[in-house]
Amino acid sequence: MQRLRKYGFVAGFLAVPVALYSVFVISPYIQAFQISLTDWNGYKSRLHYVGFDNFTRLFGDEVFWRALRNHGILLLVLPLVTVVIALFFAFLLNLGGGSRGAGMKGIWGSKFYRVVFFFPQVLAVAVVGVLFKAVYRPDESGVINGALIKLGFDPVGWLIEPNLALWAILAVMIWQAVGFYVVLFSAGMAAIPKDYFEAAALDGAGRVRLFFSITLPLLRDTIQVGWVYLGIAAFDGFALILVLAGDKGEPDGATTVLPVEIWKTAFTYSKVGYASAMGVVLFFLTVTFAVLTLRTTRRERIEL
Amino acid sequence: MTHPGEITRRQLLRRIGLTAFVAGPGAGLLSACATSGAGDEPAATPTGSIGVSADPKNPFGVDAKKPLEVTIFSGGYGDAYAKDLHEEMYKKRFPGATVKHNATQQIGTQLRPRFVSGDVPDVVNNSGPEALDLAAMATEGQLADLTALFDAPSLDDPAKKVRDTVTPAVLDNAKIDDKNLVLNYTVSHRALWYNAKLFADKGWTLPKTWAEFKALGETAKQEGILLFAYPGQKGPYYQLWNALYTAAKIGGNQVIIDIDNLVDNAWNAEPMKQSVTAWVEIQTLYGDKAYFGLDHTQTQVKQLQNKLLFYPVGSWIENEMAKDKPKDFEYAIAPVPDVTAADKMPYGAIQVGVGENFFVSAKGKNPQGGLEYLRIMLSKEGAKGFTEKTLNLTVVNGAAEGLDLTPGLKSAAKAQDTAGQNIITDARFEGWYKELFDYGTQQINVVMAGRITPEKFCQNMQKKADAIKKDPSVSKQTRGQ
Repeated sequence: MQRLRKYGFVAGFLAVPVALYSVFVISPYIQAFQISLTDWNGYKSRLHYVGFDNFTRLFGDEVFWRALRNHGILLLVLPLVTVVIALFFAFLLNLGGGSRGAGMKGIWGSKFYRVVFFFPQVLAVAVVGVLFKAVYRPDESGVINGALIKLGFDPVGWLIEPNLALWAILAVMIWQAVGFYVVLFSAGMAAIPKDYFEAAALDGAGRVRLFFSITLPLLRDTIQVGWVYLGIAAFDGFALILVLAGDKGEPDGATTVLPVEIWKTAFTYSKVGYASAMGVVLFFLTVTFAVLTLRTTRRERIEL
Repeated sequence: MTHPGEITRRQLLRRIGLTAFVAGPGAGLLSACATSGAGDEPAATPTGSIGVSADPKNPFGVDAKKPLEVTIFSGGYGDAYAKDLHEEMYKKRFPGATVKHNATQQIGTQLRPRFVSGDVPDVVNNSGPEALDLAAMATEGQLADLTALFDAPSLDDPAKKVRDTVTPAVLDNAKIDDKNLVLNYTVSHRALWYNAKLFADKGWTLPKTWAEFKALGETAKQEGILLFAYPGQKGPYYQLWNALYTAAKIGGNQVIIDIDNLVDNAWNAEPMKQSVTAWVEIQTLYGDKAYFGLDHTQTQVKQLQNKLLFYPVGSWIENEMAKDKPKDFEYAIAPVPDVTAADKMPYGAIQVGVGENFFVSAKGKNPQGGLEYLRIMLSKEGAKGFTEKTLNLTVVNGAAEGLDLTPGLKSAAKAQDTAGQNIITDARFEGWYKELFDYGTQQINVVMAGRITPEKFCQNMQKKADAIKKDPSVSKQTRGQ
């Protein structure tokens, strides 16, 4: 009876969200797996199964490998740089001012900076894209190039040089992400008991020592979560790349990523089956990344 | 840590996962919208194509009470021409009928699920970046045969058939898989567009040969004006068109026809190489690489500021930029100069093409009404009203008579007269093989920026064309001329 009550209670709460989740998340996933085995074009009323043909073709597709290479770069750089910058800012905002009175303080004006850092997060991705299109514009009307030309330098084709474009977009992704992780890490730092810092400070630890010996180890879980989020974001990038580089991953496909290719293959080239195969590969890549990150960085929790 | 009877977080997660797994297949029933699976094989031909009846007043036998649903792409032409004109004309002819008007910029996103489920609008203006794949739609038997429309009496003169009141390119371009399925409604003139007033002020004349073209480039450079630019963002296909049309001028329309028909080594043909080489040279000598990062609007505004002379585009440019156009700017068309001394087409050849697709749904509720709607569009009143509202010409012969044409349209009409028989054909692989066309718009930027040679460009395009030819999932089209 007690069991029934317990499960009935849980089920009562879960029924609606689980139903919604199944219809809008789980079932499209299952369908994508199904469609990836067909040559469906988005218009046919019947599915025609072609086995693993789509996957064999995918592995010989040079655009697919170029997209994967770009994901690789994003995956290496985006989490690392974002976490480092966000940690640095969060430390300055919360603990950087050293201990004054009771507990630790941020540097002067930290309340103001906190708001500033969070600004990019409030903007919609499309807005950020349009904004940076103006910033990176290659002629004298561009924000950066306008300044460069005034100072007598040659303008730089931020988004039109194949060697530069992905890095320019990466910079925007980092700029946009840092604010959120500053807040996330700030919350993590606030949870660290003040006496640890005070004790360490009494023993003569400087700010650098405080950061590496106290803050960083105790923030490990938060950083790990941030790392997984950022890794998953590195597998996306769809909206920003579409606005800044267009649906062909201009220039020369140097900035293309899988979501852009999936969208284009499915809805422009009417190859929904092939696009679903890319989707399935992307699914496994994302899951593998998340599991690997969580596994390799697991260790015993520190009880605070 | 956990109390007996309390559900741990881990257990909870596991149970949610399990529930989701159990709920999955059941929910699949709810969400079977994308792939219903158990449908019949699609009928290759639309069931019961509509014949022409003897009654010239109502040749398709339209049921005057049946509602009609029209979907319009509200892009450069807006949707007022349909809402305030064609649909009103339809309602006037059939006072009992209601017309459901739907304007969108996302034709594909809105309509694809509706075509899969069977609840379709009767008339569709299939246009814009998300246009439906008409070849795939034709294979599914979604497009009504327009032969009855072309054979029906014209609304203005019952003695004339509709097919005799439109420009012949309409009939060529209606065909998919050898059936008349698509109506192209507008006529456009494509070549280089420039500011006629600026040329008059400076006393410059249009260059007729490549040498004159380059000489003008030098003169313009002195004044700080670029000879030529195209938008590297969003509109690089303008330059792909330009390169293709120039190739057709050098080697005749067969160059484009071969490319459309995926003939072996069509892209490696000498005229194609000459065309690309010539344009790369112009870009290197008189272009500015900043334009690779500008989109069509930004580039067009720069032309309005007289920062560039020639822009490869079509006659819609005048209406597109009407709001921003200063008083001392007057659009006019300039044919591409002779590239070699032995071009197949003489100086003056321009591309005149039909565009803006309309189709009637074969599986709609009112295909007869759909055909009648198109017949109304192809009447002189319907076509003239379209030109008045959009400042673009239609395929209907003589429909613009008596209208006060804009300077740009006048210059286009004059250029067409001068060109006579030397009309460059349209490249239809743009609609047939979107993947090849998209690849071309990407590669044209690469070659124009000098990162690959014109030879390599042709080889890359040929490689892609060969891949399309071999791809069984792409349905193939051919054209005779």
